[in-house]
Amino acid sequence: MAFTFAAFCYMLALLLTAALIFFAIWHIIAFDELKTDYKNPIDQCNTLNPTIEKVKKIKRVKIAIKLVLPEYLIHFFFCVMFLCAAEWLTLVLNLPLLAYHVWRYTSRPVMSCPGLYDPTTIMNADILAYCQKEGWCKLAFYLLSFFYYLYGYTAFSAICLTLKIMQYLENIHTF
Amino acid sequence: MSTAGFNSQNGTGTGQTYTNGPSQNPVALQQPPGVGYGMNHQPAYNPMQTKVLGPPSPALYASGPYQPVPPGPQLGSYPPPPAQPLLTRPPIGVLPSHTPPQSASPGPGPRQAQATPPAQATPPPPAVTSTSYYTGPPAWQYAAPRGPAPNHVNPAAAAPPHMSHGSAQPPGPGAPPTSIHGYPQPGTAPPPMNPPPPHTYQPNRPAYGPPPTAPPAGPPGATGTPPPPKVDAQSWGAASSARPPTEPDTQEGDVECPGDVAGNGPQAPNSYNHVDNRMAGAAQPGPPGRHLGHYPSLPPGYQNTLAPPPSSLHPALQAATQPYIQGPQPYQQQPGGPGPDQLSPSMAAMSLQSGTPEALRVVNLLQERNLLPPAPVPAPTPCLTQDLQKLNCSPEVFRCTLTSIPQTQSLLNKAKLPLGLLLHPFKDLSQLPVVTSSTIVRCRSCRTYINPFVSFLDQRRWKCNLCYRVNDVPEEFMYNPVSRSYGEPHKRPEVQNATIEFIAPSEYMLRPPQPAVYLFVLDVSHNAVETGYLSVFCQSLLDNINALPGDSRTKVGFITFDSTIHFYNLQEGLSQPQMLIVSDIEDIFLPTPDSLLVNLNECKELVQDLLKSLPNLFEKTMETQSALGSALQAAFKLLSPTGGRMSVFQTQLPNLGVGALQSREDPNQRASAKDVQHLSPATDFYKKLALDCSGQQVAVDLFLLSAQYCDLASLGCISRFSAGSVYYYPSYHHQHNPAQVERFQRDLKRYLTRKIGFEAVMRIRCTKGLSIHTFHGNFFVRSTDLLSLPNVNPDAGFAVQMSIEENLDDMQVVSFQAALLYTSSKGERRIRVHTMCLPVVSSLSDVFAGADVQAVTGLLACMAVDRSVTSSLSDARDAMTNAAIDSLSSYRQSALTIQQPGLLAPACLRLFPLYILALLKQKAFRTGTSTRLDERVFAMYQLKYQPLAFAMLMIHPALYRLDDLSDEGALNINERTIPQPRVLQLSVEKLSREGAFLMDAGLVMYLWIGRNCHQNFLSQVLGVSSYAAVPEKLCLLPELDTAESQRTRALVSWLRDQRPFFPSLHIIRDESQLKPHFMQNMIEDRTESALSYYEFLLHLQQQISK
Repeated sequence: MAFTFAAFCYMLALLLTAALIFFAIWHIIAFDELKTDYKNPIDQCNTLNPTIEKVKKIKRVKIAIKLVLPEYLIHFFFCVMFLCAAEWLTLVLNLPLLAYHVWRYTSRPVMSCPGLYDPTTIMNADILAYCQKEGWCKLAFYLLSFFYYLYGYTAFSAICLTLKIMQYLENIHTF
Repeated sequence: MSTAGFNSQNGTGTGQTYTNGPSQNPVALQQPPGVGYGMNHQPAYNPMQTKVLGPPSPALYASGPYQPVPPGPQLGSYPPPPAQPLLTRPPIGVLPSHTPPQSASPGPGPRQAQATPPAQATPPPPAVTSTSYYTGPPAWQYAAPRGPAPNHVNPAAAAPPHMSHGSAQPPGPGAPPTSIHGYPQPGTAPPPMNPPPPHTYQPNRPAYGPPPTAPPAGPPGATGTPPPPKVDAQSWGAASSARPPTEPDTQEGDVECPGDVAGNGPQAPNSYNHVDNRMAGAAQPGPPGRHLGHYPSLPPGYQNTLAPPPSSLHPALQAATQPYIQGPQPYQQQPGGPGPDQLSPSMAAMSLQSGTPEALRVVNLLQERNLLPPAPVPAPTPCLTQDLQKLNCSPEVFRCTLTSIPQTQSLLNKAKLPLGLLLHPFKDLSQLPVVTSSTIVRCRSCRTYINPFVSFLDQRRWKCNLCYRVNDVPEEFMYNPVSRSYGEPHKRPEVQNATIEFIAPSEYMLRPPQPAVYLFVLDVSHNAVETGYLSVFCQSLLDNINALPGDSRTKVGFITFDSTIHFYNLQEGLSQPQMLIVSDIEDIFLPTPDSLLVNLNECKELVQDLLKSLPNLFEKTMETQSALGSALQAAFKLLSPTGGRMSVFQTQLPNLGVGALQSREDPNQRASAKDVQHLSPATDFYKKLALDCSGQQVAVDLFLLSAQYCDLASLGCISRFSAGSVYYYPSYHHQHNPAQVERFQRDLKRYLTRKIGFEAVMRIRCTKGLSIHTFHGNFFVRSTDLLSLPNVNPDAGFAVQMSIEENLDDMQVVSFQAALLYTSSKGERRIRVHTMCLPVVSSLSDVFAGADVQAVTGLLACMAVDRSVTSSLSDARDAMTNAAIDSLSSYRQSALTIQQPGLLAPACLRLFPLYILALLKQKAFRTGTSTRLDERVFAMYQLKYQPLAFAMLMIHPALYRLDDLSDEGALNINERTIPQPRVLQLSVEKLSREGAFLMDAGLVMYLWIGRNCHQNFLSQVLGVSSYAAVPEKLCLLPELDTAESQRTRALVSWLRDQRPFFPSLHIIRDESQLKPHFMQNMIEDRTESALSYYEFLLHLQQQISK
């Protein structure tokens, strides 16, 4: 049973990491757009920060993908899953990012809504560069972990499979 | 076409300095004029040439400290070569003995009589007055190694610097002099080994004329320091404890140089140095011997090597006579920037002869006391050809911290100076060419407006100076409307003026130009009525209602609020204004959306009725709560269809509804040396509202009139991000505080009548390779180079930090262009374009030579404000100190070839440590002194928002002596004579009890009356019979019909006219409550919590030599 749960965790993490990779790419594109002048920082921050309040403007009613919190929550979620599955190595690999997320969110600017990005400071070259770098680093991290989970998943599946086959064979033999 | 046209209506003085300011080697860089500004056909720009070939212009050397004469038989003020040991000397011991006769009166006459002062100090020495400065003897002869011969600097040497980032460690404040706090005891003997020279006074020092437009690099240090008025100590009362140990410095000079002692007789030959140097400015060198006084102490070896034949030629002439020696020099020095050690002594000698720019003259800060130039510091002139410089943008509008742009980011990092621009884009200009044309010529790829620095490849094509794209000249541009000629596109006004305004065609409008719309949001709670501001406001508006900028479409509206929101229906046809009260402040709505904003011309009478009745309407109100947030929301709703200006008057902490704030200030913590909290906003309500406003082209101007804490850090966001302005009147009360009332009145008048631009955006473009890092000021940043300014006003300044992203290898010049697109109050869409061109240099010394110390200080102040909000105040303070340490140590290690002891700085940066210290003691950044949080935050806003000229006054106030004003060197404006007294150092030693001193600190002026002030001054200027009769609270100079009174009032009103806000004047005596404020501005003095200037220098030196 334990084997299958760990394998399930890996499978889930694999799928979710795929989503996170998408998020990271989206994040990079968003900041690139901001830097190259295609977007107004207010709109940009509204898309990046999850806003619960009803927005008045029609253009903003489009369900914008609110990235920051979902990303953090997803990552937190499969960290918990790995904890339950007692996959210590995987958990330790993920802990730095988890800690970074916690730190990042606690040190966010004063805002009444959830979110990280303040439209008034985001155009500061340092912050912009930081956010872009953050996006690339995360993309790299998620890509690596994607393959790691894939490996973990296949490994576990293989183990499961061989165990099952062996069990099956044993059954046959005993039968 | 000349830039003289930029003498703005409120800046005549500076305007002048701009036009005839010092020019660095203007001749040297001469290029064939006309053709394409040398970008295409010139080989790589060689900065060395500027130094080698150029006969320096006379202006540059007006008081030039170095002459190409060898140090021969020596005169008085030479320090012996190894000048080191003094620094560690305990500063104070000898003081009293150096004091000049206490009883000396400021006049030169009596002083002469006392040419040999007694060894012990007696009471107040005549602090140096401006007169005595010119005509009398400078008391102290400094043996500073001034005028470092050029061989101290190897311009080509750019050795990698070794930075020492030291943490701030005050240099032993624990061991300050103790003896300055009172009358020196007669028995205080000087240390035996340093017998005080009895002739510290030099009675017959010849006059040192105060050239009003003298280059900043004049040799102020040479003028000698006045005797420290240690004797005064008792009269200073509370301030005496704050007196600085500035004297040690003075002592050092003496101790250090026996030569000084020897030559310091009343008629010491070197007394004539200044005269000579002034003559030298006219290329009339004096006999060699006379110049020697200015030679720094050089190690003997160098003295030998640099001795040219003792010729009395002016450097320029010498250069001309030795072309063959100097010609090859650039080629030898250029390649790769040889390290100092590669230069042979003869090379050093040559570079000495050929002359270093004045800006690079090495100054030992520890030995030169009088660094301040007598007149306001002018902006340095970029090292450009005269043709280009003539066209360049006025430094009042556009200024760069480094007038020579480093070629690479690594070079910039080496210099440790911030690179940035300081702008005053919408400044009132008296002459502004306006161009109406259907096509505005712009670069097709980067959209740069055509400007004087583009190059015309031929008649039909021009090359953009920012992106280097070749563009076609449109047919229309071939015709020149000014000269009515065809085929001369380079004569068009667009190509002849660096500042120009276009009337924009309809492509530049997203919507029809908006009308001028003014909405006033007034606090009418009990607290507000108590202050009595309402009647002042209503009266001001009544007086100026016809002067409001606008056209026939102008609209006005009023909202008042306490715990409810009151709207005023001013619809045409009503017999009287109708008040509509909305008490549902949680979900605010507009009762009658159409009639609240009305056309001013059609409903003027109703508006006037309302203004007349408004003060009485709330006279009896007992409502103490304030629902500012809801009122702002209502005002935003009212204005959002059109955009416009919202003026908010608030007198207390908003405590009801949305945006309610809590008091965060603990008065007991005000003076704590620990970190200051709550500099960042408590809520983002105001910021979000400001962004909404910005999106709808609404700007919010905030007038805060409050005695209590109002949380300006939170409230200010509403103006900061909507490009408004913030005015703060602490302790405003209509009866108790008449000075504030007058200030409020005058500010309001200016505010209501000044020019205004609506729905504006400003874009800053710069040559490819440079990029914008951060903006400072009030605005919202829409994209990397675009500022959204719902309103733009002529009093707003901006700062921009730049970085170098790509190397500027093959460029000789770079350009910056600020384009401000706005709707005028007449409904015209206009574009104001400023373009500035600066040279690119590749050596570190050139970068230092081009540093603009005021701009650097202004930009650092902006950066420090950001740092103290995002990080902490102490962090910001450390960063400022480190900025000084890093740049000076970088200069010492990389740009200086010959190491001398002492704290060395290039002449252009000699004021840098002083300004940094001034910043550390500025209200915004000071610690240890009780500062109200609101005042601190307001000071921070001012530093970011004020144009550089005014911000500099707030950082480093100007001190003038008023009791001996004369018409000598006076300005003549509109048939009024405005005396121009010398700017004094901010040190108590400059004060004297016999004088009266005016301190101009930007927003406030103090006129300090000495206890023994001349009877003449008291009666002729103040109209009182004696010192005791000076009233406790006096804010006005009486209009007396005496020459003295007229002069004084002319000076004060001229100072006031120069700035867009109204500084209130406080006349203070020793007993006045405001005296501590006056004394806090004595930046060079020591206070309980802050270092004196000299201690600060020692601290810097300690960190640098680490």
